[in-house]
Amino acid sequence: MLMPKPDETVIARRQELADALRDIVPGEGVIDGAEELRAFDCDGLMAYKQLPLIVVLPETTEQVSAVLKYCHKNNVKIVPRGAGTGLSGGAMPLADGITLGLSKFKKILDIDFDNRCVVTQPGVTNLAISQAVEADNFYYAPDPSSQIACSIGGNVAENSGGVHCLKYGLTTNNILGVEMVLMNGDIIRFGGKHLDAGGLDLMGVITGSEGLLGVITEVTVRILRKPETVQALLIGFPTMVDAGNCVADIIAAGIIPGGMELMDKATVHATEDFVHAGYPLDVDGLMIIELDGPSAEVDYLVGRVREIAERNNASTVKTAANEEERVRFWSGRKNAFPAIGRISPDYICVDGTIPRKKLAEVLERMAGISEKHGLRVANVFHAGDGNLHPLILFDANKEGELERAELVCSDILMLCVEVGGVLSGEHGIGVEKRDLMGAMFTEDDLKQQQRVKCAFDPGHLLNPGKVYPELHRCAELGKMHIHHGKLPFPDIPRF
Amino acid sequence: MSDTLKPENAEQLLQAVQWAVAEKQPLEVLAGGSKRAYGRPMQTAATLDLSALYGIKIYEPAELYMTALAGTPMSDIDAALAEAGQQLSFEPPDLGPLLGGAANAGTIGGVVACNLAGPRRIKEGAARDHVLGFHAVSGRGETFKSGGTVVKNVSGFDLSKLLAGSLGTLAVMSEVTLKVLPAPEKIRTLLICWRTDGVYDHGAMTAMSRALGSPHDVSGAAHLPAAVAARSSVDYVSNSGGGVTALRVEGPAPSVEHRAKALTETLKEFGQIEELHTSNSKTFWQEIRDVSAFVGRDDLPIVWHLSVPPASGAKVALSLLEELRGEVIYDWGGGSIWLALAGGDAHADEVRAAVAKTGGHATLIRAPVDVRAETPVFQPRLGPESDVTKNIKIGFDPDGILNPGRMYQGV
Repeated sequence: MLMPKPDETVIARRQELADALRDIVPGEGVIDGAEELRAFDCDGLMAYKQLPLIVVLPETTEQVSAVLKYCHKNNVKIVPRGAGTGLSGGAMPLADGITLGLSKFKKILDIDFDNRCVVTQPGVTNLAISQAVEADNFYYAPDPSSQIACSIGGNVAENSGGVHCLKYGLTTNNILGVEMVLMNGDIIRFGGKHLDAGGLDLMGVITGSEGLLGVITEVTVRILRKPETVQALLIGFPTMVDAGNCVADIIAAGIIPGGMELMDKATVHATEDFVHAGYPLDVDGLMIIELDGPSAEVDYLVGRVREIAERNNASTVKTAANEEERVRFWSGRKNAFPAIGRISPDYICVDGTIPRKKLAEVLERMAGISEKHGLRVANVFHAGDGNLHPLILFDANKEGELERAELVCSDILMLCVEVGGVLSGEHGIGVEKRDLMGAMFTEDDLKQQQRVKCAFDPGHLLNPGKVYPELHRCAELGKMHIHHGKLPFPDIPRF
Repeated sequence: MSDTLKPENAEQLLQAVQWAVAEKQPLEVLAGGSKRAYGRPMQTAATLDLSALYGIKIYEPAELYMTALAGTPMSDIDAALAEAGQQLSFEPPDLGPLLGGAANAGTIGGVVACNLAGPRRIKEGAARDHVLGFHAVSGRGETFKSGGTVVKNVSGFDLSKLLAGSLGTLAVMSEVTLKVLPAPEKIRTLLICWRTDGVYDHGAMTAMSRALGSPHDVSGAAHLPAAVAARSSVDYVSNSGGGVTALRVEGPAPSVEHRAKALTETLKEFGQIEELHTSNSKTFWQEIRDVSAFVGRDDLPIVWHLSVPPASGAKVALSLLEELRGEVIYDWGGGSIWLALAGGDAHADEVRAAVAKTGGHATLIRAPVDVRAETPVFQPRLGPESDVTKNIKIGFDPDGILNPGRMYQGV
């Protein structure tokens, strides 16, 4: 992975920087010992490792502000880090950069049921928010599969999703306010407990900005009342085409399920061997549909989904008899990644989104890609929202397999873009997909995005080398190109 | 003399903006013109009229999205969606009549540019939450796009959010892609008719909070004080004689029956509960959505929209009505306050001071042009937020060609 060339003069100043940072964050909040730094050498994208120059773990917004102000003045790069569970390398360290971790921001500040929101520090885990309001029957809707470990600040930075996005939206649709520190140390607040911005929607653009625009120090999230009932159906299909048609028919019938997951044969077998969820093994595609809401609604929709499944040649349709069985239906899907880990020494989890209707075509062409490179691919799919997670199986100890796996990965992502989808549904671009951005965006598209970066961090000190394949200087991006000297058309109607 | 450019395709749109950039000729950007009286007044010699850029380009009901050219009338979009049993779930209001213009003159580009949303905002979000992608021409005279056609997309900065609500000050959208959703099979509205004399707004906030915190999936929560309720065209509401709090449940028929019953049980301690069925419900919520009670009110020429924490709604509104003569409509469970004021003064300082106590923001929606020229129409941005806003404008439109000053002076 090609990263911006480290600045040797900054590296040479390591001791001086550490001392200065200790003045800002006293105690054990500054880490510069080689052994301790190793714990921060990668995030969830473990293929790429790099020791950070220094790690700083501040405890207050004021400390974050002072650290950034100091680094801004001294031209030192910053890599913000939440829980380090990101899968695209957004928190991958820089040799000449300071990793700024928010792990000490662990307090929930305010639970406000009247306004149905929670104000929290960014280091609190996604799941801890739901747990904090669980006794009152509320929850926080976005549920990335890492929710037990991932932090809400990281969720905002990555605009994390989960299995319930079609019905409940991504992080961006579920937050009300953010406090953030800019690279120059300015503290800025967007939103609050009210809805919508009173000016430009800056909170909207910082959500999913992968640590390139600022460091998040507080988040206000919307909480929802738990649905009265949750029910799940397990539906097996003889072919993936039937499964795909069933998905389309359910949506066409006006049903928006809470979750709609699809697994292929390889995944079904691997997970069944692992967790014994009771999955049928004689199917090519297995779907889990979750319906939530008032019991009267769920009962009614279960009946309709059953009808639609049977019309689409379903070979098995099982409704969970009780909560225990519903959890068992999900256990296979939730353990799909470790299950694949048991049948293959290594795997890459791809993340792309496609239009739902292209599922059959994409699966067929993916089989071709798999064959071409001689590596197996297993598939799990958030069918409701078109988010595809092919798992590429390989053995890193075998000469050339990692490189081939990476080729399979980029071929699949290019395929997603070609059929009208996108490069990333929920894992982000980070370093992993940075160099594929050109497949989805033109040079002008990318430049316009980077001009937003310039509005927040003109010196490119925050998380450089992530998301965008090429770093353009802001002065260069700001130049105007005048295209024509005069109105060149008789063809535009004028009045 | 005012020059109007009316491009008929994306290429002509690009040429028109490039001409304006080269000539340093600021443009007023509009399509239907239904919200022309919204925002700070501008002085531009030329107008960029997008109304000839219209038509639904792709509509795939099973994929739950629609791509339409920016100037496509909302009436065309609504008709196409209705035919497939779908809707824009953020319930875009038609503010034309409120602003003194015709009904049904709005376009999809205008709806997105103003980031408007109706009563369902509390459950489904605003326009910003439904824009999946767009194509646009920046004030640099360059075509660019962002987003796509799928809901789950984290590829690069989410410029759709930035453009939604930017009032055409950053870029001119040529086409937008929106998420669409199934329309509900059935709608039921429960009305709490407040019989007590005096002020029941606080009680209404409590009732709405209870309903929105219930598992009954409430998709609309509004409160009309007596003077506003009396103006409704729905008899049950106008004849109630007092204030009315309305709560909406929607969905499949058996679900709606069940929830309406359960919600009635939850709310009965607040007073007598009446029910509106689908047709009356539609009329009622459209009145709330379009702020119909304040349309054509020469006695209340000033209209503000306040966005506050929902539980503070009554406190903010009542404190203002103690000092100023006017009327309010509460929506979004109390989080949205439409405030209509008498007289020619917008009373911006009083309004913004009241909002500042709870957090939130206030936007001057309707006022005579001279009032809008001297009052900050949008919540003033201070310190770093003002700097970032200006820097973003410079990134998209460095010469201030597009709707200059429509939101903020110099932006």
